[in-house]
Amino acid sequence: MSRRSEVLLWGAQRISAMVLALCVVVHLVTMIYAVRSGLSAAEILGRTQGSVAWFAFYTLFVAAVAVHAPIGLRTIIGEMCNWRGRGLDVLTGIIGLSLAMWGMRAVFAVFGGGA
Amino acid sequence: MENLKVRIWRGAEEGGFQEFEVPRQESQTVLDVVTYVQRKCDPTLAYRFACRVGVCGSCAMTVNGQSRWTCRTHVSKVAADNRLEIAPLRNLPVVKDLVTDMREFFDKWARARGRFTGSKTRKDEFERVSPESKERKRVDAGIECIGCGVCYSACDVVTWNKDYLGPAALNRAWTLVNDVRDTARAERLAAVAGDAGCHACHTHLNCTERCPKGLSPTAGIAGLKRAVLAATLSGEI
Amino acid sequence: MKNDFRSRNHPAYWAFIVHRLSGVLLALFLPLHFWALGQALQGAAALDGFLRWTEQPLVKFAETGLVLLLAAHMAGGLRLLALEFLEWREWQKTLLAIAAGVSLVAGLAFLLNLV
Repeated sequence: MSRRSEVLLWGAQRISAMVLALCVVVHLVTMIYAVRSGLSAAEILGRTQGSVAWFAFYTLFVAAVAVHAPIGLRTIIGEMCNWRGRGLDVLTGIIGLSLAMWGMRAVFAVFGGGA
Repeated sequence: MENLKVRIWRGAEEGGFQEFEVPRQESQTVLDVVTYVQRKCDPTLAYRFACRVGVCGSCAMTVNGQSRWTCRTHVSKVAADNRLEIAPLRNLPVVKDLVTDMREFFDKWARARGRFTGSKTRKDEFERVSPESKERKRVDAGIECIGCGVCYSACDVVTWNKDYLGPAALNRAWTLVNDVRDTARAERLAAVAGDAGCHACHTHLNCTERCPKGLSPTAGIAGLKRAVLAATLSGEI
Repeated sequence: MKNDFRSRNHPAYWAFIVHRLSGVLLALFLPLHFWALGQALQGAAALDGFLRWTEQPLVKFAETGLVLLLAAHMAGGLRLLALEFLEWREWQKTLLAIAAGVSLVAGLAFLLNLV
């Protein structure tokens, strides 16, 4: 990977971290609030179903995590397993795409599912 | 005072600790202990020192597991129960006993473009740099490095990534990036970019924790991370 | 030769270990989390079935651990962003204390609301 790409990857992880920090605060507050009277499908879906605001929020959340997590894992694998180069970069991309798709499946599930 | 029990590394990469008894003295430094062993116990012990007063940066070793300058480390500060374990610096090939091969360490300074590049000649006027300017203050914060290798030895990122330039070389690059007289800014930022450069730093702060001069290479490396990202986005490098 | 714990035994290094461990564990947990929410695609009853399983004390305990990991990764990450993007000298140790405090408060708030 070119030095330029490495710098941009570093920048992408920091930018996504800033987005995630905001998302995680909202997520933590929601969780702490939601578990007060026990979790139920009705409670969760009542909040999210058909709500464009929650859909947009969770889409942003999933996108940010799909950028953030693979870059971090790439660094850890490079350092701990001493494996760097093309193969690792491909794996990083696969992890990112899988997280994005699997995450969006969950977002669609709570937005439109449970009917 | 009780004698010190001193374990000293003997050999090269392969080797072991040898134990010596050294009389405890007041205001004794770790370097005094090593010198005593070499003069009174075993003249074949190899170690490096020059100035003995914290200027030259040649006597750094690993003392009880931590990288330190030995000439200004008092025994009273580090020897718990009168025990000392003295080993060569980490992350560098061992030549013999307490002497490491520091070539890689200094080669990385060159790779980080640690040399000043100016445009003026002796016929030009002196450049005026205000001591109050932001750049000059940043230079001041990092300029007192004596090149002892303690930070390089303490850094885990160096251990995990052999190509990583390390705290000292990057700190040097940061002082030059802030030197308004220097003309090689773009080349230097390119030289310190990426996974073998400043962006590999994990802010462990091992270097900042151990630097005998109280510098923070981590702060300089953070500055480089920002400067390189800005230069990359603006297309400067 | 390599360093051992004697060289690494200081607060900023502990913070690094917490950040790396929590990052890896959260990355491993995410696919499970997305799977659980995806249950809603089969209807609210399927999601409820899963949520009933989470009522077990041991699962609740693990959930609290996850909340703590998330809060610690976020607070520690904000500390890193501050160290990387702001000029600093003396206040880096204060940041560490704040990050630790914030994560504990979030974990405790979740636990108290959960039981």
